[in-house]
Amino acid sequence: MSATHRAPSSDGVPTEHMTPAEAREIERVQELLDTRYMADIGPLKEGWGRREFLNISTIAVSFAGLGLFVWPFLQSMNPAADVEALASIDVDLSPIETGQAITVVWRGKPVFIRHRTEAEIVAARQGDGEELLDPELDTARTEKPEWLVVIGICTHLGCVPRGQRSTDPRGDYGGWFCSCHGAQYDTSGRIRKGPAPKNLEVPPYVFVNDDTIRIG
Amino acid sequence: MASRQWNNRLIQWIDDRFPVVSMAHHQMYEYPMPRNLNYWWSFGSLAGIILLIMILSGIFLSMQYQPSVDLAFDSIERIMRDVNYGWLVRYMHQTGSSLFFAIIYIHIFRGMYYGSYKSPREITWITGVIIFLIMMATAFMGYALVWGQMSFWAATAITNLFTAIPFIGESATVWLWGGYSIDNPTLNRFYALHYLFPFVIFAVVFLHLIALHTTRSNNPLGIDLKSRQDWIPFHPYYTVKDLVGVGALATLFAVLVFFAPDALSEPENFIPANPLVTPEHLVPEWYFLPFYAILRAVPNIWFIPAKLAGVIAMFGATMIWLFLPWLDPSKVRSARFRPIYRVFFWILVANCLVLGWCGAHVPEGLWLILSRVTTAYYFLHFLVLLPAIGLIEKPRPLPHSISQAVLKPSPSHPEPAAAAAQRS
Repeated sequence: MSATHRAPSSDGVPTEHMTPAEAREIERVQELLDTRYMADIGPLKEGWGRREFLNISTIAVSFAGLGLFVWPFLQSMNPAADVEALASIDVDLSPIETGQAITVVWRGKPVFIRHRTEAEIVAARQGDGEELLDPELDTARTEKPEWLVVIGICTHLGCVPRGQRSTDPRGDYGGWFCSCHGAQYDTSGRIRKGPAPKNLEVPPYVFVNDDTIRIG
Repeated sequence: MASRQWNNRLIQWIDDRFPVVSMAHHQMYEYPMPRNLNYWWSFGSLAGIILLIMILSGIFLSMQYQPSVDLAFDSIERIMRDVNYGWLVRYMHQTGSSLFFAIIYIHIFRGMYYGSYKSPREITWITGVIIFLIMMATAFMGYALVWGQMSFWAATAITNLFTAIPFIGESATVWLWGGYSIDNPTLNRFYALHYLFPFVIFAVVFLHLIALHTTRSNNPLGIDLKSRQDWIPFHPYYTVKDLVGVGALATLFAVLVFFAPDALSEPENFIPANPLVTPEHLVPEWYFLPFYAILRAVPNIWFIPAKLAGVIAMFGATMIWLFLPWLDPSKVRSARFRPIYRVFFWILVANCLVLGWCGAHVPEGLWLILSRVTTAYYFLHFLVLLPAIGLIEKPRPLPHSISQAVLKPSPSHPEPAAAAAQRS
């Protein structure tokens, strides 16, 4: 692109081959092009005319169309039907002895299910009265006192806290200890110490019968 | 360039440092477009738009596709059944490939009819042929990714073409496969290249456009711009005209995607790939049929075995386009002024359609004879007829200028000049 573009100028109009009528017509068109070709600027009237209305509505409809066009593409990145089909699982609790814990996978995340001992329940209920970082009653976090079901993902930055096995470090409150950044959870899965802002999340679940829960 | 003045200070600031606004302004208002382009000139911009649609839908498909022999076919069925709007994204990609070829073929034959390949537009033409070659490779590899029966056996047949190369053929094919048959390594590399090539096409499209904007668009009269009356700015005239084409394309696209998504594809490809059983009747997608017919038509020629001769003829059918600017000696571009060439142009079009028709049938009996005749004619056209016509043809007189030809009073436009004279 150069400043002096190479468009032919109108100087060399060959008139000798034309009838006078043709020459006049070309002159008329030339005038039309010279005055109106740039974005077709006619004499602008004050305020909003038909031209503005057409321009704005064309642009608006184009953007609406673009939105409709892009929507399916973006939607295709959301969880697909086969992923959604895995959204609920049944867990048999009968083999879990008191004091044991198991980890099950729900929506690709670990879910901690702990069969709490009497002492752990008492500790959790005592915790209700203490000063909590994210106050929540133990009764509100459990369906039955002996079963605690929480998503095993630290609310700080998503590590899986330790404490599922009795030999794991469980922190000062006997629940879970996240070795990534030192968050400590109590026997109700509540945050008690460390950088995590929230309690371990309780997933939606119901007791299908005395020994089975359905998560999700 | 930076000397251009803008009212908005932010635009001025950017334009002084990165002249994108000046460039857009230049291309929209100052770049001269012949005033007489017809709708056959819309197919370039349509090809560009469909390339973008293919890249967009392809990127979203690649987020769901699994390039592994065990998972590929199932992952596509998952896209069709489980992924949100996966059917829509995939059918856009599948139908889009067909429309892309249809548009490109029209674009190519438009160039042949109006002599757009002639001086000074040879490089524009050659970059276009290169785009078409990369496009064919991309489409072929993309088709293999589906990993249905037709995918697998088309990939097998086409890669086996390379075994026809003397001496190095066998090892070249093994190199191409990454093994001793089409298998997981082949699928993986096809996937990698199928993702890469569209961006290569995108880059060559820019070379195509740089060359085009240097020599300027050809036009239905095939004569150069001579004066200011011959041209109009791109915007708003051709933006609006191109939008009409976009609307027509979008309509056709929607009809195919929503009502006949599988109309143009082979049902055999709904069967997962099986390396032990070849489909009874191996056919490519419609856009490769003429080339496929050429491949199968060629017999032994002297010392060249039929297999090698077929491969040479098939690749030669496209490669010959690269030499088109020099095979046609006629100085007149547009077929409107070339009474003999115009007839032979349409014979070539018909010949190519018959080739495609032959490509869909087993090469036996009449089909084989027809394939051979049309293949021979195809090369006869480019190698003999085109040079000969250019030498013996007496072209009709060219108009002096575009404006003179276009604005001439005609019975259907009663005396515009007279009307103008009355007004003034």
